[in-house]
Amino acid sequence: MSTTTPQNAEYFSHLLRPGNTNCAGCGMSLALQWLDQGLAGEKPMMAIPACCGIVTAGAFPTSSYGVPTAATTFASSPAVATGLALVAEQNAENHPVVCWTGDGGTYDIGMATLSAAAERNENIIYVCYDNEIYGNTGGQRSSATPEGVATSTTPRGKIERKKDIMAIMAGHRVPYAATLSLAHRDDFLRKVRTARKIDGFRFLLVLSPCPTGWKSDPGMGTELIRSAVRCGLFPLYEVFDGARYRINERPDGLAVEEYMKHQRRYRAASVDPAAMKMRIEQQWRQLNALAEMFPAEYD
Amino acid sequence: MARDLVTGNYAAGRALAVAGEANRHARGCGAGAYPITPQTEIIEYLRGFQFAKGRIVPVESEHSAMGVCIGVSLGGARSFTASSANGLTYMTENVFAAGFYRLPIVMIAVNRTLGPPWNIWVDQGDSLALRDAPWMQFYVESHQDLVDTILLSFRVAEDHRILLPAMVAMDGFITSHTQMIVDLPEQEQVDRYLPPCDVPHRLRHDHPATVGGLTWPRETEHHRIEIQQAMERVPPVLSEALDEFTKVFGRRPHGVLSAEHTEDAEIVLVACNSMARTLRRVVDEQRSRGRRVGMVKLKMFRPFPREEFRRAIGAATKIGVLDRNHSPGSGGIFWQEIAATLQGRSDLLVQDYLVGLGGGDVTPKIITEILDELAARRTPAEPLWKEVAS
Repeated sequence: MSTTTPQNAEYFSHLLRPGNTNCAGCGMSLALQWLDQGLAGEKPMMAIPACCGIVTAGAFPTSSYGVPTAATTFASSPAVATGLALVAEQNAENHPVVCWTGDGGTYDIGMATLSAAAERNENIIYVCYDNEIYGNTGGQRSSATPEGVATSTTPRGKIERKKDIMAIMAGHRVPYAATLSLAHRDDFLRKVRTARKIDGFRFLLVLSPCPTGWKSDPGMGTELIRSAVRCGLFPLYEVFDGARYRINERPDGLAVEEYMKHQRRYRAASVDPAAMKMRIEQQWRQLNALAEMFPAEYD
Repeated sequence: MARDLVTGNYAAGRALAVAGEANRHARGCGAGAYPITPQTEIIEYLRGFQFAKGRIVPVESEHSAMGVCIGVSLGGARSFTASSANGLTYMTENVFAAGFYRLPIVMIAVNRTLGPPWNIWVDQGDSLALRDAPWMQFYVESHQDLVDTILLSFRVAEDHRILLPAMVAMDGFITSHTQMIVDLPEQEQVDRYLPPCDVPHRLRHDHPATVGGLTWPRETEHHRIEIQQAMERVPPVLSEALDEFTKVFGRRPHGVLSAEHTEDAEIVLVACNSMARTLRRVVDEQRSRGRRVGMVKLKMFRPFPREEFRRAIGAATKIGVLDRNHSPGSGGIFWQEIAATLQGRSDLLVQDYLVGLGGGDVTPKIITEILDELAARRTPAEPLWKEVAS
């Protein structure tokens, strides 16, 4: 450890220590602190692939992570976490094993590895901080990038729609999948606690503002996420065993333009608010139907 | 010790399993496993074995197979797997990662020709494509050599002076699917031979480090220098492992190479894997006719045993290298290493023969023809193709 870092136990005990290199307003910084709080002092082991989340650690020999962490290859965090979890289990060590990954590592390059670990129901808490962009390489499109959005590889706006990762995970019948909002702290912490109580593969999706990629004010992150929930673009819900649904928060009629207008990535001519509203309606019809027909009555 | 008639794949599966089981009083063992011809029977054996403390994870790809091994080893348990051909090249990123993390994983490479075009038979282009990864590489000539080298590999890889992964390569089908009589190690013997696996930099809560994070050029240079230094310690550590092996199992396997009839040889041929066995027969036959021919069987390719090789060729003036592999635009890969090892020896004629690619049958007749060609040769040529398939 560098001698310039404060030598006190409280500082080192944080999952995310103060003084990391994340951009101002990075949603991941808050999400990591809330993960720590949700686990209520219990320290996980983490597997983090190539993504902003490992740059967060800083350079050897120091680390911003106060928990044992493996920096894995891009597509490998669920495979490495599988190995860590099986060794922990056979040695009766009860700490959670957490994959902390971006949308590139989840929706794209790591999809096969994620799918396989979910199918095997490995004892892992998988968290995707989804900033809808390849942030670490400077803002290229991923399959999590919304339709219409301009990125450095979709300068005229993305043509394709965002992949529905929650449906994909529900299709794997994992014990628990949930969406988490950085504007709803109690709900966020409850979902971390719920995930911790369940054995097997747990998938947590956090919509994570990226001021650099979203071309938004770093101070607006929480408000942007609140708007995404209020306008219905980012529904807060849980899926148990891929079969039982619970909606946690409903849209309150806020116009989607209120979410988009503060982000210059939505300024491409390809952005079509009318089409977005239609998609949001479709999404909610489907989600309401599922929650009504297959309600989650217990955690 | 149980003597039995078994296939190479069975022998490898058995050796990995008893090595894994031997760590049951420490942190156990684990692996990621994915099938590919011709190694599939190895991972089938592992999946069927009842470990007291271990789990073999049936993953979706070779890339993840090595990913799980990395996780197991970072968790401090013993880890191993097997692959072949395109499986090895698909796994490549994590093969490098395992070595850069300094994890003592042992992998069986059942050599198979890379495709397309698809071909399931032996050549060494797959494991040799990984020659620049931070892994030890051993090439074995027989089923017994295979079993012994696997156990030696765990011992050397897990030694704190080394902490590098090891690859044990055998010929697809010629070794993997044929049967030979093998002394199979008993669990009790392996328990005595292999100390508990202790990965000193495993992830642990009492020292919450980040393993594999960012480094600057200075730290990266040191990391590579340390790997090179560990590689240079392999021959003496392997020698100790052989001494200990002899005590426990009552026999001494070959070391980094074996020089045979080289004391007075004018011509020395170099080969590895099962081709070395065919070469041995040719050398013995030529010796019986009074021809001053010798051979070097290379077992260890990484680290490359330069000193040992220079000594091994004795006073020979012509060296012929049999390469069952091909680096396009250059030639045989063993020849490249040997030519570099013998730099400055302008008195030597070193000739490369590309032979048996794609699984062509390298018979005693073919090797004799190569020997005659080399005997008649006055100057070295570019690598020569010796086509064997009709």
